[in-house]
Amino acid sequence: MSQAPTHSDHFTIAGQEYSSRLLVGTGKYKDLAETARAIEASGAEIVTVAVRRTNIGQTPGEPNILDVLPPERYTILPNTAGCYDAETAVRTCRLARELLDGHNLVKLEVLGDEKTLFPDVIATLAAAEILVKDGFDVMVYTNDDPIIAKRLEELGCVAIMPLAAPIGSGLGVRNPLNILTIVENARVPVLVDAGVGTASDAAIAMELGCDGVLMNTAIAAARDPVLMASAMRKGIEAGREAYLAGRMAPKRFASASSPLTGLFF
Amino acid sequence: MQIEINGAPAEVADGALMSTLIATLALAGKRIAVELNGELVPRSRFDCQRLAPGDRVEIIQAVGGG
Repeated sequence: MSQAPTHSDHFTIAGQEYSSRLLVGTGKYKDLAETARAIEASGAEIVTVAVRRTNIGQTPGEPNILDVLPPERYTILPNTAGCYDAETAVRTCRLARELLDGHNLVKLEVLGDEKTLFPDVIATLAAAEILVKDGFDVMVYTNDDPIIAKRLEELGCVAIMPLAAPIGSGLGVRNPLNILTIVENARVPVLVDAGVGTASDAAIAMELGCDGVLMNTAIAAARDPVLMASAMRKGIEAGREAYLAGRMAPKRFASASSPLTGLFF
Repeated sequence: MQIEINGAPAEVADGALMSTLIATLALAGKRIAVELNGELVPRSRFDCQRLAPGDRVEIIQAVGGG
C-alpha cells in the first residue's frame, strides 16, 4: 500500500497539526504587499516575525505586519533574532507572548557572532531552559551538532531547528550527514532553519527526513520572490514525497532499464 | 517629569498612568507590548501602572523578520 502524499501527511508541533512543511520568515521584502503575496504563494501556515521598538509618532497609521498576516489565519512564530544573550532572548519572548495574547510558541535564537550569525549554544541552552519552565513552546535554532540538538530536546524544546548553512547565506545543506544524524536521533520535529538558497536545497533537507524547512532570504532575495515562494513549496513537497517513497540504492555502475531478453539484433 | 520611551527622553505628567501614556501616543488598542524598567507590563495593568521619574518604557510591536 503506497503512502498517500501530502493530504494525510501532517506534522505536529506543540499539539497543533500542520499540513505545510514550509515555514517562512517575513523579513527583507520590498513592502508588506509583496510579503503577503509571497507568503500566500508559499502555502506556509507558520510565519515568523521579529519583535522591535514601535515607532513613536513618527509614522502614524503605518500598516502593521499582523494586519497583512492575521494571527487568526497564520500561526505567528515570533523570533528572538538580534539577541546575543539568554536574558534578552527571554525578555523578547515574554513581550511576544503578551503581544500575541498569550500565544506560547516562539522561535529561540541566541546568536554568538555577527559575522557568522552562528548560535551561541551555551546561551541557547540556558534560555531554552528558562523558557520551557516559563511555559513556552520553544522551537530552537541551533547548529548542526547532534549532541546539542539532543540536549535541547531533553530540555523540552518542541522542535529542533539546525542550520543548513549560515543565516541568509543561501549555501544549501553543508553538512547533510549531521542533519541526518539529528533527524535519526530526534523524537520531536526537526526543521532545517537557515541557509537554504533554492528549491533543490529545500528538497535535499526534506529527503534527509526533516519534518520541515524554515526560510526567509531564499524567497525574499530572489529576483521574483512570489515565484520562488511557489518553487519552494514544490521543492518541499517533492523532497517529502521522495523521502516517503524511499530512494533507490545508488550504484557505481549502470543497470539497463530496458529488457536484456528478446533482442532481435 | 522626565522618563525614557524607546531609548529617547520624553516628558509626561507627574504620576501619569501607563494607559494615559499609551493613549497619548495613539497606541491604545494597537498590537503592542510594553516593558517598564525591563519588566513586562501586561495590558490589563496599564490602568493601574503609575510612572515615576526616570522610568524606562519600551513599547514593541511585530515587524517582518525571519
